[in-house]
Amino acid sequence: MAKPAKVLVYRHAAVTRLTHWINVLALTLLLMSGLNIFGAHPALYWGQKSAFAHPWISVGAEQQGAKMQGVTWIGGAKFNTTGVLGYSGKPGAEEQVAFPAWATVPSARDLADARHWHFFFAWLFVINGLVYWLVGLVGGHIRKDLLPTKRDVAAKNVWHEVVTHARLKFPKGEEARHYNVLQKGAYLGVVLILLPLMVLTGLCMSPGFNAATPWLVEFFGGRQSARTIHFITAFAIVGFILLHLFMVVASGTWNNIRSMITGRYAIVPHPGDKAGAGDKA
Amino acid sequence: MSLSTHRRGWLQAVLASAAAATLSACDRITASPRGVAVLQSAEGLTRRAQRLFVDRKALAREFTHADISSDFRPNGSIDPTDSDYLALKAKGFSDYRLVVDGLVEKPLSLSLADLRALPSRTQITRHDCVEGWSSIAKWSGARLGPLLDQAKLKPGARYIVFHCGDTLEQTLDGSGQYYESIDLIDAYHPQTILAYAMNDQPLPVPHGAPLRLRVERQLGYKQAKYIMRIEAVNDLKHLGRGAGGFWEDRGYEWYAGI
Repeated sequence: MAKPAKVLVYRHAAVTRLTHWINVLALTLLLMSGLNIFGAHPALYWGQKSAFAHPWISVGAEQQGAKMQGVTWIGGAKFNTTGVLGYSGKPGAEEQVAFPAWATVPSARDLADARHWHFFFAWLFVINGLVYWLVGLVGGHIRKDLLPTKRDVAAKNVWHEVVTHARLKFPKGEEARHYNVLQKGAYLGVVLILLPLMVLTGLCMSPGFNAATPWLVEFFGGRQSARTIHFITAFAIVGFILLHLFMVVASGTWNNIRSMITGRYAIVPHPGDKAGAGDKA
Repeated sequence: MSLSTHRRGWLQAVLASAAAATLSACDRITASPRGVAVLQSAEGLTRRAQRLFVDRKALAREFTHADISSDFRPNGSIDPTDSDYLALKAKGFSDYRLVVDGLVEKPLSLSLADLRALPSRTQITRHDCVEGWSSIAKWSGARLGPLLDQAKLKPGARYIVFHCGDTLEQTLDGSGQYYESIDLIDAYHPQTILAYAMNDQPLPVPHGAPLRLRVERQLGYKQAKYIMRIEAVNDLKHLGRGAGGFWEDRGYEWYAGI
């Protein structure tokens, strides 16, 4: 039997594609320069101020016999994280540094330069996000493509999606024209909660901005809490990206990447579907 | 070796070398003056945005006695060894004079007693280090605005420079001397004070005895310690390496609002 013909549908608008790739660039450099900045004081606290003796998490290095080892403290518990956190580098050239050189921009610990990278790409990230939001709200992308419908949030449908995703069986045919409820939830959670949270907690570390909106830093529980939430949210975004990349590969690497570059996504119609039922604009 | 593991190894090698190339490209940009200039262009945007959104007189939050840090961390110079400073310290700063000069009609020379007689302010505020930590303390000091009014700024004065008594880096040309500068908006902000007391005690040496700046809406490195001389200037180019402060000369932002 002949393979069913693939139909290319128009899945991603130009603004979605452009803002997506700008975000890839900006978030990558924000994360890597952020890890460098963290190295200037590798400890996190809750509240307004730093209780230096009691960070909830801290990274450092200790002498262990003749050797140095990297250590990470979480609460009262100590973990040996040599090679990754606290003490890392090429054999013979290890150094005391919170995150390893390959994960930071610049690769050497340098607070001044890391801040230049961070704030440059913070502006790019914020402007990019505002364009995405404006076009998404006015053009209807957020309402039409991302807001779950009543049918989406029905318990039966959610359960169905969870089960099929867990088996890595993805929607085909007409169903693949739209995001499913798990995609909608994940994407909305990122653009609605995680990314704005990153900007707001970042701004709350600014003593200048604090004077303009003192209620916001209080909302987060103080400047040191804002710094902690900034850090946790960054890793939540890293978690999303890893899951996102896994799903891209599991559901068709090249088809997904093409759709985010040219906008065209191939679907295989079910026998019952109307053939080539018109591209979705 | 199967085809799939072969392909996976190939893919890993490509990804690893792409990552390494990106990282070394970032390092090359960081090392080039033009690359840094592009990255630093965001600083002007940040300063203008803060000046636009933050009211000139908006106050930094003030805390209560219960919030004061018991472990306030001194940073930078904590015990200067400059001979002039040591001589002042040996006499309990009784010979100390704050010089106010530059673009002023009436240069001043003030003892600590003179400073204590000036209009003052006490505030419990949060100190935010550029490294990321925060500590809270109570500061008392002379308000900078009335002091500048007493010296009468000349029309050309645009910045206030703080010359400090500590050398933070040993250099042959003397550019390791600490200094800082602020504009007139911050100089006349109600919370901008020359603090002579910390937590109701005379300012201790690690925190800048006998006099330090508090400019509460900026980061810690702007809070110049060991202030010996205040100079009103028209521009910052002729000072130090020209960027307006010790850390600014070493790549940090002049406007340290974030």
